Amino acid sequence: MDVLTDNFSLYAEGFLGTVELTVYASALALVLGFLMASFRVAPVGSLRVFGTVWVTVLRNTPLTLLFFAVMLGLPRFGLVLPFELFAVLALGCYTSAFICEVLRSGINTVPRGQGEAARSLGMSFTQSLGTVVLPQAFRTVIPPIGSTLIALAKNSAIAGAFSVTELLGTYKTLSELGYNIVWTFVWIAVGYLIITLTISVLFNVLEKRWGVAR
Amino acid sequence: MAVVDPLIELRGVNKHYGTLHVLQSIDLTVGRGEVVVVIGPSGSGKSTLCRAMNRLESVESGEIVIDGRPLPEEGKALARLRAEVGMVFQSFNLFAHKTVLANVSLAQIKVRRRKKEEADRRSRELLDRVGLAAHADKFPAQLSGGQQQRVAIARALAMDPKALLFDEPTSALDPEMINEVLDVMRQLAHEGMTMVVVTHEMGFARSAANRVVFMADGRIVEDRAPEDFFTTPRSERAKDFLSKILTH
Ligand SMILES: Nc1ncnc2c1ncn2[C@@H]1O[C@H](COP(=O)(O)OP(=O)(O)OP(=O)(O)O)[C@@H](O)[C@H]1O
Ligand SMILES: [Mg+2]
Repeated sequence: MDVLTDNFSLYAEGFLGTVELTVYASALALVLGFLMASFRVAPVGSLRVFGTVWVTVLRNTPLTLLFFAVMLGLPRFGLVLPFELFAVLALGCYTSAFICEVLRSGINTVPRGQGEAARSLGMSFTQSLGTVVLPQAFRTVIPPIGSTLIALAKNSAIAGAFSVTELLGTYKTLSELGYNIVWTFVWIAVGYLIITLTISVLFNVLEKRWGVAR
Repeated sequence: MAVVDPLIELRGVNKHYGTLHVLQSIDLTVGRGEVVVVIGPSGSGKSTLCRAMNRLESVESGEIVIDGRPLPEEGKALARLRAEVGMVFQSFNLFAHKTVLANVSLAQIKVRRRKKEEADRRSRELLDRVGLAAHADKFPAQLSGGQQQRVAIARALAMDPKALLFDEPTSALDPEMINEVLDVMRQLAHEGMTMVVVTHEMGFARSAANRVVFMADGRIVEDRAPEDFFTTPRSERAKDFLSKILTH
């Protein structure tokens, strides 16, 4: 029990680190995932290929490997950024592949006729996707997007291995200080639980608000 | 058949689905203000023909000309042309997440760039015309099939199209709702709307059509005045087809 009260600021710092990683990487993943899903259903062949390659590469690369690639690879091309930013990039891009596929499966649940009706009225691809197809797809994808973002929150722990301040990484300092490892981990787990449950609640609210049956 | 003022012209249009030759060098001209009914056995390519006319279905060869302009390949120009040719589907395809009013207004706002109030005013006029003014704030799922199809017609009309395409607009409806939709279509025909209608409603063909086009196996087999076609079909395919549907 003392481990929390004695080291509250350390925990808090790690907790906030994880929250920050989760929030920024989620935002990036949602934006990129949305873009890639649009690419994958676009009438332009080259965009579809780009989207498919993006998803295939990122979804099939182990996240740790992706972290290595970003942290060690990008600086070789002259791109030097703070580790936190690299971590957000790696996490966000990785998760965007999953978001893209969730959105695409949602798009596939919308009957073809909806997009056809929109196009037959003279709406462009972007208009029909944005005002007719995606708003209907959105309702079915709320729960799986929640799950994907929960996975992202937990995956952010990998960033700790790359000297980014986050929750899991606090165990190293605490065990060096000689605290009971079990309690250390219990409090870390509670920290993650707070974050993931918050995401759950948020998506439950969204589902209640938007995910109504037609 | 000579058409004085052509609005939709198809010349030598071909399309395959894999090895299936669904449209075989189709030539068809629809004049301004004309109502052409397309009939034929299932799988003969009627829907494909109808959908090719606003390029919901691409074709491999041949020319499709709408009001003197060839149908563009893709992109903005195609979208603009589609707005001129309305389409009514068998399954209505109303936007499920929008109210009836919003269904009719959406494309006016997005495509015709009308102000929302202006679009809504026009939508209410059109809903009134199809007898659904009282249902403007409902969602499509709260309407009967016949009502949904009339909304779909109002939605197509809202773009002020030069022509309307109907692909079996009454096939998904219960018998008692068929007439409420056909009445609206008859009214449009009477007002001079150019219409291509895929339907098996012989009564509609007889009372409203200028021509009947009979399709079989991806070809246009007959293209004649409705009375002539129904009373004295020339081809064996048409005789066979008519004997089947008239006994039902
Ligand atoms: N997307 C598709 N892929 C492959 N084959 C198709 C496709 N759409 C239609 N077909 C085939 O093309 C042929 C013509 O189809 P079409 O829908 O135009 O016929 P139809 O005359 O409208 O028939 P129905 O009266 O049943 O609606 C059919 O044999 C059908 O199976
Ligand atoms: Mg059909």
